[in-house]
Amino acid sequence: MRRITPYLLIAPFFLLFAVFGVYPLLYTGWVSLHDWHLIGGHQFVGLANYTGLLSDPDFWNAMANTGGIFVLATVPQLLLALWLASLLNRGLRARTALRMGILLPNVTSVAAVGIVFAQLYSRDFGLVNWLLGLAGAGPVDWQGSRAGSWLAIATMVDWRWTGYNALIFLAAMQAVPRDLYEAAAIDGASRSRQFWRITVPLLRPTIVFTVIISTIGGLQLFTEPLMFGNGKMLGGSLGQFQTVAMYMYETAFQRFQYGYGSAIAWTLFLVIAAVAGVNALLVRRAAR
Amino acid sequence: MRTFARRALVAAAVLALVATGSACSKKNDSGARPGQLTITIDYFGDFGYADLIKEYERSHPGIHVQIRSVEKLDDYKPKLAQWLAAGTGAGDVVGLEEGILNEFKTQSQNFVNLFDHGAGDLRNDFLGWKWEGGTTADGKQLIGLPTDVGGLAMCYRRDLFAKAGLPSDREAVSQLWPTWEQFIATGQRFTAANTGAKGFVDSVTTPFNAIMFQSGDTNFYDRSGALAAESSPAVRRSWDLSMKMISDGVTARATTWSKDWEAGFKQGSFAVTACPSWMLGIIRNNSGADNAGKWDVAAVPGGGGNWGGSWLAVPKQSKHPKEAAELAKFLTSAKSQVAAFKKAGPLPSNVKALDDPEFRAYKNEYFNNAPVGQIFGSGAKALKPVYLGPKHQAIKERAFEPALQSVEQGQAKPDAAWAKALADAKKEAR
Repeated sequence: MRRITPYLLIAPFFLLFAVFGVYPLLYTGWVSLHDWHLIGGHQFVGLANYTGLLSDPDFWNAMANTGGIFVLATVPQLLLALWLASLLNRGLRARTALRMGILLPNVTSVAAVGIVFAQLYSRDFGLVNWLLGLAGAGPVDWQGSRAGSWLAIATMVDWRWTGYNALIFLAAMQAVPRDLYEAAAIDGASRSRQFWRITVPLLRPTIVFTVIISTIGGLQLFTEPLMFGNGKMLGGSLGQFQTVAMYMYETAFQRFQYGYGSAIAWTLFLVIAAVAGVNALLVRRAAR
Repeated sequence: MRTFARRALVAAAVLALVATGSACSKKNDSGARPGQLTITIDYFGDFGYADLIKEYERSHPGIHVQIRSVEKLDDYKPKLAQWLAAGTGAGDVVGLEEGILNEFKTQSQNFVNLFDHGAGDLRNDFLGWKWEGGTTADGKQLIGLPTDVGGLAMCYRRDLFAKAGLPSDREAVSQLWPTWEQFIATGQRFTAANTGAKGFVDSVTTPFNAIMFQSGDTNFYDRSGALAAESSPAVRRSWDLSMKMISDGVTARATTWSKDWEAGFKQGSFAVTACPSWMLGIIRNNSGADNAGKWDVAAVPGGGGNWGGSWLAVPKQSKHPKEAAELAKFLTSAKSQVAAFKKAGPLPSNVKALDDPEFRAYKNEYFNNAPVGQIFGSGAKALKPVYLGPKHQAIKERAFEPALQSVEQGQAKPDAAWAKALADAKKEAR
C-alpha cells in the first residue's frame, strides 16, 4: 500500500491530463489523417492533409504573419520589460502600487483590449491616425497594409504582456546579491554598465524562460488579430494579418474541414515544440 | 498600516477591473415565469420582431419568447451549422438567409416539416418563388416560412447631394442614374465638388452585390449547382463595373460592417449606399438620431433586383416543435410582416402584406418621409429570384468581397485580385 500511495496522490493530475490533454491531442492527430467534414462521413487519407499543407500558400502566408508579428512584438516587449523591471527595482515612491499597476493590462479582458485597439487604429476615425495627422503625417491604412497591421497587433500584444514579463524580471533581479552592485559602484561602474554587466548576465535563465513563454503565446496568437480584423477569421482582405491559429479556426469551424484543420493544429504544435526545444538547448548552453 | 492601506487599494482596483471585465460577458437567463414555456428564436441582424414577440406573449400567456440575435450573418452561420450537427443548442425557431439556405436544405432531415403543422394552407399567401425557396426540391418538405424579400433601392444623403450641387429630390435623384455607368458619372461629379465626404458610395462591395443580384438568374453557381464564377456574365459585369468605380475614385473605401463604415454613417463619410429594404433599419441605427431626415430613398440604377431575404425554420431538435411552428406562422403572417417592415425595414414576402393599404401608405419618417411602402412595394411582386447555389454566402463574403476590398485598399492589382477571388471561391466551394 505504502508503495502505491505516492502514485495515487499524483494520479488525479495525470488522469485529468490524460482526459483533457493527451486524448484530444491524439484524437486530433487521428482526425488529421482523414478527409473529415462536419456533415457527412470521413475517409482515411494518410498524410495527404500534411502534404497539402506544405503547398498551401494560405498556410505559408499565415506562418509568415505569425512569425513576423511574433518578432515585432516580442523583441521590444522584452527590452521594455527589462527596463521597467530595473526601474521598479529602485527605491521608488508607491512602489507596490506601480508594481501591481503594470500588471493591470494583463488582467483586462483581451476582447475588450482588442475592441478598443481596433478603434484606435481605425483608418478614418481612429485616434492614432488623428495624432499622426496632427504631426503632419498622412493617415495609415492599418487594416489594409501588411506592415501597418503587424505593427498595430504587436502593440496590442505588448500592451498586455510587457508588465507581466517585467514582474518576472523584477523577481529575478531581487535575487541578485546587492554586494555585487556595491562592489561595482566602488569600482566606478555607471548604472547602465552595472545593468548590462551584472543584471543582464545573471538574468539570462529568466530571459530564456520569458522567451519560451512568449514563443508559445506568440505562435498561438488569435484573439488580438481577430478583434483587429473586425471579428473576421480572414485577417484582412488579403490575409495580411491572418495567423496560423486563425487559419486553423477558419478551416475547421467555418469551412468545416476538420481533417485539414486538425493537420494545421498538429503542425502548429510541432513548430512550437521545435522552437521550445531550440530554446531549451540554449538554456543548457547558457547554464554551462 | 500605510502599506496595508496601499495594498488594499491596489487589490480593490484590480478586483474592480476584473469585475467590469467579466460583468459584460454574463447574460441573464431567459426571464420566463414559472410554468411558462420558453421558445427561443435565433437570427442575425434585426428582423424587427422585438414588439411582435411582446404582442405574441400577451395573446399566448403560457409562452415566453427569447430572441438571440447575432449581428453578422457570417458569425451566425457557423454557429447554426454546429448546433445542427451537434443535435443541440439551436433555437426553436431559426432564421435562414437566402445565401445560406441552400446549404442547410441539403440536410433537410435537420428540420421539421412545416407541412405537418398545417403550413400548407398558407402557400398562396406568399410570393410563389419565395415559397418554393423554402421547400425541398421534391416539394414534399417545407423547411422555412418566408419572412422578407430584398427589394433594391438606393439610400442617399440629401444634405451632401445639395452641398455637391446635385439635385436632392428623390425623383430627380432617380433620374440621375438609370444605369450604373451614369451612377459612376454622378459619383465623379460629387467627388469633384469636394464636399468633405470621403467618397460617393460607401464601399465597392455594395454596388458589386447590387449589380450581381440584378443581372441574371444565377451568380457564382450555374443551375446545376456547379461553381461557375469564372464564366458567369453577371459576376464579370459586376466585377468590371466595380473596378471602374475604384479607378474613378467614387468609393469612400469604408469596408462594410467595419468600424469605419459604422462611424461613416454618423460622420457623413459617404453620400449613397445600396439599400435592400432590410438595410433601412441598419442605416438608421448606424446614423443615429442626429441624422434624422438627412437620408432619403431613390431608385436603384439598372432596374429592380432582389438582394437578401430570409425564412424561418424549426430545427428537429426543438423540444416544442408545435409551439415553434405556431410562432413562425405568426411572425410571417401579413400583419406581422407589415409591423416588422415598419420597425426595421424587411420587405414583406407575404402577398397580403404587400397589398395591405397600411403597408402601401407607410412613409418612413427617418428617411425624410420617403414613401417606402410604395417604393419597395411596387416592384416587390415583379422581383425575380436569383439561383444562388449551396455556398453563395461563403463565396461572397470570403472570396469576392475581400478581393474587391484589396483592390480598393490599393493592396492588389485588379487581375491578381480576380485570380485570387476565383481560387478562394474554389476553396470555399470544395
